[in-house]
Amino acid sequence: MTVAIRVEGLNKSFGGRRVVKDFAIEVERGRITGFLGPNGSGKTTTLRMLCGLLTPDSGSGEALGYDIIAESAEIKRRTGYMTQRFSLYEDLTIEENLQFSARIRDLDRVRQRVEAALDQLGLTERRRQLAGTLSGGWKQRLALATATLHEPELLLLDEPTAGVDPQARRTFWDEIHRLAADGLTVLVSTHYMDEAERCHDIAYIAYGELLARGTAEEVIRSAGLVTWRGEGPGVDRLSPELLGDPAIELAAPFGLALHVSGRDASALETALEPYRRPPFRWTRTEPGLEDVFIHLMGRVEDNFR
Amino acid sequence: MSAGRLPARRGFSRQRMTAVLVKEFIQLTRDRLTYAMILAVPLVQMMLFGYAINSDPRHLPTALLVQENSVFARSVVSAIANSSYFEIEHEVRSPEELDRLIRTGQVQFAITIPGDFTRRVVRGDGAQILVEADATDPTAVGSAVAALASLPSEALRHDLTGAAAASARSAPPFELVVHRRYNPENVTAYNIVPGLLGVVLTLTLVMMTAIGVTREQERGTMESLLATPVQPLEVMIGKLAPFVIVGLLQTAIILLVARLLFGVPMAGGWAGLAIGTSLFIIGSLALGFLISTLTRTQLQAMQLSVFYLLPSILLSGFMFPFRGMPEWAQWLGTVIPVTHFLRIVRGALLKGQDLAEMAPSLLALAVFVCVVSALALARYRTTLD
Repeated sequence: MTVAIRVEGLNKSFGGRRVVKDFAIEVERGRITGFLGPNGSGKTTTLRMLCGLLTPDSGSGEALGYDIIAESAEIKRRTGYMTQRFSLYEDLTIEENLQFSARIRDLDRVRQRVEAALDQLGLTERRRQLAGTLSGGWKQRLALATATLHEPELLLLDEPTAGVDPQARRTFWDEIHRLAADGLTVLVSTHYMDEAERCHDIAYIAYGELLARGTAEEVIRSAGLVTWRGEGPGVDRLSPELLGDPAIELAAPFGLALHVSGRDASALETALEPYRRPPFRWTRTEPGLEDVFIHLMGRVEDNFR
Repeated sequence: MSAGRLPARRGFSRQRMTAVLVKEFIQLTRDRLTYAMILAVPLVQMMLFGYAINSDPRHLPTALLVQENSVFARSVVSAIANSSYFEIEHEVRSPEELDRLIRTGQVQFAITIPGDFTRRVVRGDGAQILVEADATDPTAVGSAVAALASLPSEALRHDLTGAAAASARSAPPFELVVHRRYNPENVTAYNIVPGLLGVVLTLTLVMMTAIGVTREQERGTMESLLATPVQPLEVMIGKLAPFVIVGLLQTAIILLVARLLFGVPMAGGWAGLAIGTSLFIIGSLALGFLISTLTRTQLQAMQLSVFYLLPSILLSGFMFPFRGMPEWAQWLGTVIPVTHFLRIVRGALLKGQDLAEMAPSLLALAVFVCVVSALALARYRTTLD
């Protein structure tokens, strides 16, 4: 395996608050890695440190074989970065935005590249439309096109599909998988579980620390959760009651059903015993990523109290 | 829904008004620069302009050419000095030297007492003293010239005896000839219109660039820009170059209007004017760029630009005579680039100064360009730290 990113001991503080703590990660080339975690967990800061937009307070590492501190200019040259906010020029047209992106990166064959990108996007007809007038989904696709115009080896996406409808998100992700198939390494931060499941690998970050790492299955398995699914009228209102029992680490409503999880299978069964009565029905189920993440987050919060 | 639980008043609600009011106050105090500006602007401006501005300037630098060594000449000179409007800083030996001093603007007045002064006074044969004023700024000259009105009848009162004293009672023993050079008709527009060039360029260029760069930060496009390998100098030149054209266009418009509508003379000095304008435009743009590196929002950039603009209008000699200001204010004015630019524009259009005569002001602008550009580049961050 070839490594695209290998960093260790990354730290970053803003105004005395440590946003990223001793962060270490290794990412394989050609993989799509999802960064997940609650708001303010340091995902954006980590991505920015990897592409040279922020200088870490301490720590070291390599991205694409270049030192992230000393050779950040080389990394910038080979990296595409899509910011959280739409950061194209709203008062330029689609075509002008693409041209600007191509020229600011000193690319050759600007015209051909722009034509190809327009064609790929299916925006050739609308090339003279102002970027600000595009819908959310199109804006993101255009932003992705400008971020990959220079055929980067590494693509960093910071919540690329926030506020975008499911259809547009699907198109967007198809595009990302197509790029990864060509050998591009992708790091994407997201809050959507369905997107997390589209990633090859997951890194779960909370409060600046990396809490879980691996494929979705590995992350679920390593959490060691046992989950029961409860159904029946009123079952979703049981959670405050259930959480009073130390064996129950998690009780989260999923629509009309309730997922109850804990790490000790027998203690969990004992705790659920009083509720095994009509109208409730309980079935053993596999925990989902969301169960695992809520569980992980709960544990970190405990450590913080 | 019961009306009691959700009172939705139709008329004026004090609580709704208060909600807006409190929110505005909170936001006002959150933006520290705005907060500082609210306090600093009135204080600084009042101190500066309350003390600095003076439309009745005294102690104006004066050069003297006395072509005869006589009692009468010395009396006239001391009477002039006593008026407090004139500060005799140079006593020269030739008309050429006198001319050079007034042309380069080192003195405001040049006074010549001719070689036959005593003889003509004694004979009552139309004795004259020549007072040349640099009237590019009519305000600066006005009251000093008015103060000279009584000079001919007063200056020699104690020196004249006999017949000469008797005739002096009926008519003044000599005449004062005042030449308002460079602006003989005392047209204020000749002074203001070229000066406007400096103010307009400052206003638009500093503000436009300062806002142009902060806008990128505010909209988030700066983050994308920084993620590319683009170099600070590339950004700076690319950002500023279009505004150089804007500045040159404005210069052309103002000069054209000055000539066609206001009849402002154009005595020459084109080379100096071209170099000076270019330096001033580049310097103003670099300053705008520097401001943008110090501010986060467009509003803050705007406020800082205005903060810079006010002294540029008031302390540069644009609105009020530069020499009327106290020394500390003149020193402050010297630091402001508009001051030097105004000297160049007026020197070129009204006096037709050549490059050598403009050299000090051109040099000052060059220093300004270098210092501000270096600071702006040093402040510009290629990261978001």
